[in-house]
Amino acid sequence: MKLTLKIWRQKDAKSTGKFVTYSIDNISPNCSFLEMLDILNEQLIAKNEEPVVFDHDCREGICGMCSLYINGRPHGPDDAVTACQLHMRKFKDGDTIVIEPWRAKPFPVIKDLMVDRSAFDKIIQEGGYISVNTGGAAEANNILVGKENSELAMDAASCIGCGACVAACKNASAMLFVSAKVSQFALLPQGQIEAKQRVMRMVKKMDELGFGNCTNTYACEAECPKLISRSNIARMNREFMCAKVI
Amino acid sequence: MAELNSKIPKGSLTSKWTHYKDHQNLVNPSNKRKLDIIIVGTGLAGSAAAASLGEMGFNVKIFCYQDSPRRAHSIAAQGGINAAKNYPNDGDSIYRLFYDTIKGGDYRAREANVYRLAEVSNTIIDQCVAQGVPFAREYGGSLENRSFGGAQVSRTFYARGQTGQQLLLGSYSALSRQIKLGTVKLYDRHEMMDVVLVDGKARGIIARDLITGKLERHFGHAVVVATGGYGNVFYLSTNAMGSNTSAIWQMFKKGAWFGNPCFTQIHPTCIPVHGDFQSKLTLMSESLRNDGRIWVPKRKEDAEAHRHGKLKANDIAEENRDYFLERRYPAFGNLVPRDVASRAAKERCDAGFGVGETGLAVFLDFKESIGRLGKQVIEDRYGNLFQMYEKIVDENPYINPMMIYPAAHYTMGGTWVDYELQTTVTGLFAAGEANFSDHGANRLGASALMQGLADGYFVLPYTVQNYLAGEIRVARMSTDKAEFAEAEKAVQTRLEKLMAIKGTRSVDQFHKELGKIMWEYVGMARNEAGLKKAIELIRKLRVEFWKDVKIPGALNELNPELEKANRVADFMELGELMAHDALNRNESCGGHFREEYQTEEGECKRNDDDYKYVAAWEYISDGQFKLHKEDLVYEEIEVKQRVYK
Repeated sequence: MKLTLKIWRQKDAKSTGKFVTYSIDNISPNCSFLEMLDILNEQLIAKNEEPVVFDHDCREGICGMCSLYINGRPHGPDDAVTACQLHMRKFKDGDTIVIEPWRAKPFPVIKDLMVDRSAFDKIIQEGGYISVNTGGAAEANNILVGKENSELAMDAASCIGCGACVAACKNASAMLFVSAKVSQFALLPQGQIEAKQRVMRMVKKMDELGFGNCTNTYACEAECPKLISRSNIARMNREFMCAKVI
Repeated sequence: MAELNSKIPKGSLTSKWTHYKDHQNLVNPSNKRKLDIIIVGTGLAGSAAAASLGEMGFNVKIFCYQDSPRRAHSIAAQGGINAAKNYPNDGDSIYRLFYDTIKGGDYRAREANVYRLAEVSNTIIDQCVAQGVPFAREYGGSLENRSFGGAQVSRTFYARGQTGQQLLLGSYSALSRQIKLGTVKLYDRHEMMDVVLVDGKARGIIARDLITGKLERHFGHAVVVATGGYGNVFYLSTNAMGSNTSAIWQMFKKGAWFGNPCFTQIHPTCIPVHGDFQSKLTLMSESLRNDGRIWVPKRKEDAEAHRHGKLKANDIAEENRDYFLERRYPAFGNLVPRDVASRAAKERCDAGFGVGETGLAVFLDFKESIGRLGKQVIEDRYGNLFQMYEKIVDENPYINPMMIYPAAHYTMGGTWVDYELQTTVTGLFAAGEANFSDHGANRLGASALMQGLADGYFVLPYTVQNYLAGEIRVARMSTDKAEFAEAEKAVQTRLEKLMAIKGTRSVDQFHKELGKIMWEYVGMARNEAGLKKAIELIRKLRVEFWKDVKIPGALNELNPELEKANRVADFMELGELMAHDALNRNESCGGHFREEYQTEEGECKRNDDDYKYVAAWEYISDGQFKLHKEDLVYEEIEVKQRVYK
């Protein structure tokens, strides 16, 4: 395959970035998207140019590190995958591909396609846990969890924290990410005692960090590589309302 | 001078750990605040240890090279975590888990450590459930189990095909709670470059801020390294791209001996290699072998026709299929341990029965189980794995059998540690996959998560405290000390040297070349001539690397190529040590298969008289390593040939 790539290049957080066009040839359709970028980088290095910086690690769709905005979609044109699982067979020979970093104020660009997502960690630090110390936990089967709730909790817990939801949202809202964690614990008996503080604190932090509000376009759900459902947002809203009212 | 003392507590096997805990030294709460602990790595072992030690009141600093602790490669573990709960009432017990693990490791692990691992396994499940880890459940609400390789009981707890993710998010959330409380300070996008020794004790690290490229000095009364395994020495492996050996290799050079470096695990069920551009191999969980049957064509002409695309798997009649694992190992069938399954697949492919474009693949077929259980049940159990396979290979595994082949996955070898997980450097601890301790020559499925969390939650909090009890009079040291300055200077010099080479070949080209050497000569089957050749080739490659590697960019900035170059430089040295270790071990055991030492049926032939020991290597100088032996004493278990027939 022969492709034209328009890639966002930005030296560092302070510099102004711009698109740079590259052409690349002889790409196998079985190549993954990141492997295509590896090939480009090899060619850039050979030409004494600086390789394109992008985040990636596990390359099997679970670590959540890769974060490319490809042709106007987080993680590109395939559904339910991260950029590292996207394969070039999803493109056509001769295509032009535009590659950008996540665009959201709370995720500042570090260099080229790499952004700072530590805001997500900060939200989790506010309450994305059950406060239990190591040791002294009760026998596991003393806590029974109905299969249905357990499955729903697992659906929510599959979030990989990549930030595609924020990148997809016109308001840069983190509602899907935050609600996935709130939902996981709201659905389990273990999470009840501190449920109110959890949702209040996490939402407050989310707002403080500059994430926008939800205006129900559900772009987040449509672009989530793990198919996290928007019903989690409804559940979080309910939790939040209850926490404020009761 | 360090010496090998495994510090196994006295007393009966079942009472050792209790005895240790009852008699360990404690640190009182006001002193804990004055003691700093550095932890490197935020996988299961690192994050669990950081959270637990933080809860206890110590000052913890934790480091990871990724942008968040939640990205550590533990997250990619799919299948499950073992524990001896015996919920299915199928005869499991702590002893049986201990026994299976020792046997699975081909009698090359330390009894006392493995027993402790089995002993704390149940507490891990309790802890994770309390944290809200959404394990699979029965309709009645109780926890569900499944079976895994190397065991005849169902003792594996799981969260779909994402168990590692859920356990890591559990320990990450416990860690996040401590970060909020201020007991733990997080340094993300930081890589450990070296350990700092003061008067022979580990007192800190030199870390590189990967964004600014600046070197930093960090002091700790103790240092815990939990940086994972070194499978990326093979270039293509199931590890994350950033997984590396550099932390434990630098420790090795500072006196922390390396245990059993040649014990690497080749996982049988991975998606086969399909092109030169490939950057990693994707694992298909071992749990698939619960319901999938592994086979190749019985007739060579069928295999050949499949390779040329003239015959489809589904068109090969039942009587023309060779379910080689069921045929060779009727008692365990498709659930033989990983080393056995991998070698059997290699044997068939080498004999000309392999399928797929390259002939280096075997089928993993769900037709029978879909027929028996229905598609929905299979989808519930393995849905995400089937989806992953389809995205990569572009074939529907519900209809056509998967094609799989073994790939480098896990390293049983690692930094040598004693019973307390302390290395041969005082005050320096190694945990999780980074240490050599519990899996002998082969790790059983669903045991890596168990070990990572056992080390992090339930071993280090005791043993590190025991060590620190003797350090309460040591005040925090200034990092202006000469030892820190010297260590930083050495790192700076090495990085400058790398940048100054300005050669012609990229880091990846060297890494790929190293990987080819390692896979060919130090991979699934090894022999004396090949290992000697590997040493020679690696030495040559190293010389070329230091003359001709090309690193763009600058030193004091974000520079991923420099990060990779630094890691590959260490991988090359490690590769040589692995070959030395494999050459020294004139026997076959577990994942270490020396072609010269096999039974008539092609199984591993151990040599217990001469090699029933842990090989602990000491770094002398470049390419010079000295062997020390820790004899393995089996008091509880009778050492015999491992049979899965």
